[in-house]
Amino acid sequence: MKKLIIAVTFGMLCSVTALVPFSAIASGPSVHLDKANNDLSDKESLKKGFKTYINYCLGCHQLQYQRYGRTFDDLGIEEADGIANYMYTGDKVGGHILNAMPKKEAAKWFGSAPPDLTLEARFRSPDWIYTYLRSFHIDENRPFGVNNTVFKDVGMPHVLQDLQGVSTIDEHGKLSPAMGGTLTAEEYDVVVRDLTNFLEYVGEPNKLERKALGYWVLAFLFFFFILTYFLKREYWKDVH
Amino acid sequence: MLMKVFTDFMGWIDQRLPVTDAWNKHIAQYPAPKNFNFWYIFGSLAMLVLVNQIFTGIWLTMNYEPSGEGAFASIEYIMRDVDFGWLLRYMHSTGASAFFIVVYLHMVRGLMYGSYQKPRELLWIFGMLIFLVLMAEAFMGYLLPWGNMSYWGAQVIISIFGLVPIIGDDLTLWIRGDYVISGATLNRFFALHVIALPLVLVILVFLHILALHEVGSNNPEGIDIKKPKGSMKPEEISKFTFHKQYSDKYDIVDAVPFHPYYTVKDIMFVVGFLFLFCWVMFFAPEGGGYFMEAPNFTPANGLKTPEHIAPVWYFGPFYTILRVIPNAMLGAIGMFSAIIVLFLLPWFDRGTVKSVRYRSKWHLINLIQFSICFVVLGALGTMPATPTANLIGAIASFGYFGFFVALWFYSKNENTKPMPERIAD
Repeated sequence: MKKLIIAVTFGMLCSVTALVPFSAIASGPSVHLDKANNDLSDKESLKKGFKTYINYCLGCHQLQYQRYGRTFDDLGIEEADGIANYMYTGDKVGGHILNAMPKKEAAKWFGSAPPDLTLEARFRSPDWIYTYLRSFHIDENRPFGVNNTVFKDVGMPHVLQDLQGVSTIDEHGKLSPAMGGTLTAEEYDVVVRDLTNFLEYVGEPNKLERKALGYWVLAFLFFFFILTYFLKREYWKDVH
Repeated sequence: MLMKVFTDFMGWIDQRLPVTDAWNKHIAQYPAPKNFNFWYIFGSLAMLVLVNQIFTGIWLTMNYEPSGEGAFASIEYIMRDVDFGWLLRYMHSTGASAFFIVVYLHMVRGLMYGSYQKPRELLWIFGMLIFLVLMAEAFMGYLLPWGNMSYWGAQVIISIFGLVPIIGDDLTLWIRGDYVISGATLNRFFALHVIALPLVLVILVFLHILALHEVGSNNPEGIDIKKPKGSMKPEEISKFTFHKQYSDKYDIVDAVPFHPYYTVKDIMFVVGFLFLFCWVMFFAPEGGGYFMEAPNFTPANGLKTPEHIAPVWYFGPFYTILRVIPNAMLGAIGMFSAIIVLFLLPWFDRGTVKSVRYRSKWHLINLIQFSICFVVLGALGTMPATPTANLIGAIASFGYFGFFVALWFYSKNENTKPMPERIAD
């Protein structure tokens, strides 16, 4: 039993030491990121985020690996409702979420073609997206009149400007409260949180299923371990 | 009735192929020392992970498209549209890192208990070949998702071959099959990753086990369980039945048959291992950005270098040795030497006492400093090269090679402890 405890502790230690420093140094962004605190199980939030994406983002940024139908199923959207309210491009329900922007021209317009965002939340992290969309400020030297404190010299305009309004930046790099938008700061944060939530979902549609299955698997292995421990002890008692 | 059918069937087989004999010789009547500890589970675990990689690999291959245009999208197809494709992919990606974790621990075991010493030199060399092929296999597999880190990581590693004098440029061209890493490179890496290297790997594992069973398993005490025939009193000889190939030649003491004793023990540890494995796979499949690196979620782009190119963590130690040596050519030599010295370990160690338990304090200190240096080198390999990191890396590299040099000197006339004849209960 003593050996077993040592072995289990060792295993735990290995996996913990293997994972702790990882998150601390992995892809460490130099800018401070606000916590998105989004909730993948909140389907209303995901639907609103999906809607915001369709209305504001899809014109430039495709979700070329994600299908409409899959999204409807996962978010609990009826197909008729989905076709009427989420599909403006006349695609098939089983088709990917694409736009009609010509890549070559887009590269000329923006400096580089707007990237696909299916995996953006996995590439950047949800916190990054949440902070990025709340960090635009006026910068007359940029082609679209705005810059971003998270993504310096970003090539896109502030698409959500009519919602948030505009911020200015002072010499210490601090943003002023946004003025002139249709939403209050709190309301805007909710819109961005929902959008972030949706992008995290799109990055890995199976995330919730994965974790749900994981608990069952771990529970099974835990009980199976107890059985195998007693099996081992039964066999070994005539050796010791 | 059913039993009789089975016995008749096995009899029919055994007259034509020695299946029962092989089963007894290698499993049911293989004498294994009774004192294997926790460190002896990693061989079985490595085999488990190998099987996992092969099976998940087969199913991934069914849906993967090995082309520059389609590879990245086909991975997302597997993640989204293939039933349980995400599970297969995470099993495979987590398995790759798990493979190196168990193999490194398996090697530490060999170092601690002198399992590479005479007569196990060839066994050790087969093991090292497995390690080498595994690194090639992992390197080529890492290109297949065709993410941006796949691309640039491969770029860095292939460019190392460009340092070879005279033929360097032609060599990299030959490896890539193109002037830059392209779909042509991806296709050949795919062929090597799914057919050539796994085949070599399986053959080497087979030879590794055959060589092990020929010389017999070492144990934490480093005391041989096979004594010269007739040297032991009948009551001292193990009460278990062992295959005549072993018991005819030796008096076997302090041993148990591998099956069922170590099969039930390994099953227990396999379940424990799977618990940790599944924990990572289901709740942190990216391994905090180390098992799957964030830039790999964007497609390969020859014009867009990731901010910080780092090889996957398991290449870290060797990559750091390459990097801390200011001259690129010498760096590459240093890196390859780090692997070559491991091959030569049985000849660096001139001692006859195997286990660290009976060796000098110097050996224990040397082993500990070597392990620390290896871990430090590994950690540095994943971080950006700063002057401080390079200084620490240089010290750790010195410790790495110093282990072998020091071992060669002190092992000749080492102040070892007296060895007992038998393994104590």
